[in-house]
Amino acid sequence: MKVEQISIFLENKAGRLAEVTRVLSEAGINIRALSLADTSDFGILRLIVNDTELAKKVLKENGFTVGKTQVVAVEVEDRPGGLYKILDILRAANINVEYMYAFVQQSGNNAVIIFRFDNTDEAIKILLENGVKIIEGEKLYRM
Amino acid sequence: MIYNMEFETLPREALEAIQLRRLKQTVERVYATVPFYRKQFDKAGVRPDDIRTLDDLRRLPFTTKQDLRDNYPFGLFAVPMENVVRIHASSGTTGKPTVVGYTARDIQTWAELMARALSAAGATRGDIIHNAYGYGLFTGGLGVHYGAEKLGASVIPISGGNTKRQIMIMKDFGATVLTCTPSYALHLAEVAMEMGVDPKTLKLKVGVFGAEPWSEKMREEIEQKLYLTAIDIYGLSEIIGPGVSVECIEAKKGLHIFEDHFIPEIIDPETGKNLGPGEVGELVITTITKEAFPVIRYRTRDITYLNPEPCICGRTHIRMGRVTGRSDDMLIIRGVNVFPSQIESVLMEIDEVEPHYQLIVDREGNLDILTVLVEVGEHAFSDEVRKLQELERKIEKNIKEYLGVSAKVKLVEPKTIARSEGKAQRVIDKRKI
Ligand SMILES: [Zn+2]
Repeated sequence: MKVEQISIFLENKAGRLAEVTRVLSEAGINIRALSLADTSDFGILRLIVNDTELAKKVLKENGFTVGKTQVVAVEVEDRPGGLYKILDILRAANINVEYMYAFVQQSGNNAVIIFRFDNTDEAIKILLENGVKIIEGEKLYRM
Repeated sequence: MIYNMEFETLPREALEAIQLRRLKQTVERVYATVPFYRKQFDKAGVRPDDIRTLDDLRRLPFTTKQDLRDNYPFGLFAVPMENVVRIHASSGTTGKPTVVGYTARDIQTWAELMARALSAAGATRGDIIHNAYGYGLFTGGLGVHYGAEKLGASVIPISGGNTKRQIMIMKDFGATVLTCTPSYALHLAEVAMEMGVDPKTLKLKVGVFGAEPWSEKMREEIEQKLYLTAIDIYGLSEIIGPGVSVECIEAKKGLHIFEDHFIPEIIDPETGKNLGPGEVGELVITTITKEAFPVIRYRTRDITYLNPEPCICGRTHIRMGRVTGRSDDMLIIRGVNVFPSQIESVLMEIDEVEPHYQLIVDREGNLDILTVLVEVGEHAFSDEVRKLQELERKIEKNIKEYLGVSAKVKLVEPKTIARSEGKAQRVIDKRKI
């Protein structure tokens, strides 16, 4: 039910993001989703790619600090209130969302949102109980 | 075990009486026999008979490494060359080495001190000592060697190099004590594993490590990898070589300075003023029994502090803290003395960070600004911005608490801190004063 995400520590200086994409493309890795969170000093780049292990390996070889975390890909109905419905379910169950971002591809007519929870297993359980569709990692990497 | 029960456990009063008597003799002798000291004392307006109490030592001028270089090679020897039986020299990173000499009695004194040191580390005459300090002009190898023989232990004079052979010999000869630099100890552990020799199967019980600065973290690592108790030893050739001070295995907390032979002081490296117990500054040592090469108030440039509290081992000699750095590296930030090694200690205590850092000092208006760059390794990294910011605040708070100076911590990518010849450049001072 979980999706693997890699995160990369980036200093806020020119060319670092481009360097990540260069390293990945040279290794033949496709970026499926990307989000950059930054502060005045540093940024954290979060990526979902088609080959997590290879991406991690080549980035490390190129001197980056790389982490791996598990996130959840949720299908959200592509109409007003779609995302609200899901956030409301989570809030009612006291599940904390650390951050979220959109996946590039749609799943049929639905949008795909990547969620990072502090308690991933509990979040998955609650979402499933409420009939929310979760996309498996294997399917997502190929989308 | 205390090697010299009488002298290592002297009550303070008796110890100070001996110190004063020996100090007076030393001062008289160097004034009479070494032109350099006569000139220095005259310049400072002090005569040997002005030294009436131990506190009067503070009236004497310091001796520096530069003074030793200026008198290269034998200018500071206090005995005729026919009485010198041994010469050592420290490898000078710039220019000429500093040269020291020993009389036959100096060699005996040194052997006694090293026997005390090995004994404090738990070694006995039943031990087999694998001595991997270098033999030669460097004092490490021969210093340990003579002490081990004096103790009555079996010493293997393996010296440095050929690590694979060292491991074979350590294994076959059943060495129980290892003496070398701490970094070489880690190297030995690594090579042993590569060779398929589990250090657990060796008979090592104690290691006596010194000749370079190391940390508590390194101690833990060595102890885990080599299955031994790691003891810190301190010394420098200008004073005598290894055996100036050593940790006792009972406490492993601070190094006892052999005070019946050396008088330690701690000074502010900037002002030269004496500092009190517990205050961090530069270690200054006066030798009071050496014949060929006595030194008066020698500035070691090593940064530490003195702890006069009684020790559980029974020795009455004062303890010095682990040497954490060199006074040459000292920075003054908003009037506060800051040693890069203190920042390193703060970082060491935070589990998730590795001590890869750089200090950048700048001046905005009239205010010094200290920025500490810390490399983010995998342990410290998080995919959440909040956690990394919390880490920055935590380091800032600890620096403020330990050093009394505010710093801004900035996380940087690994290996971005400039390294020259493999060594990281720790300080960049951009202030133009
Ligand atoms: Zn002790």
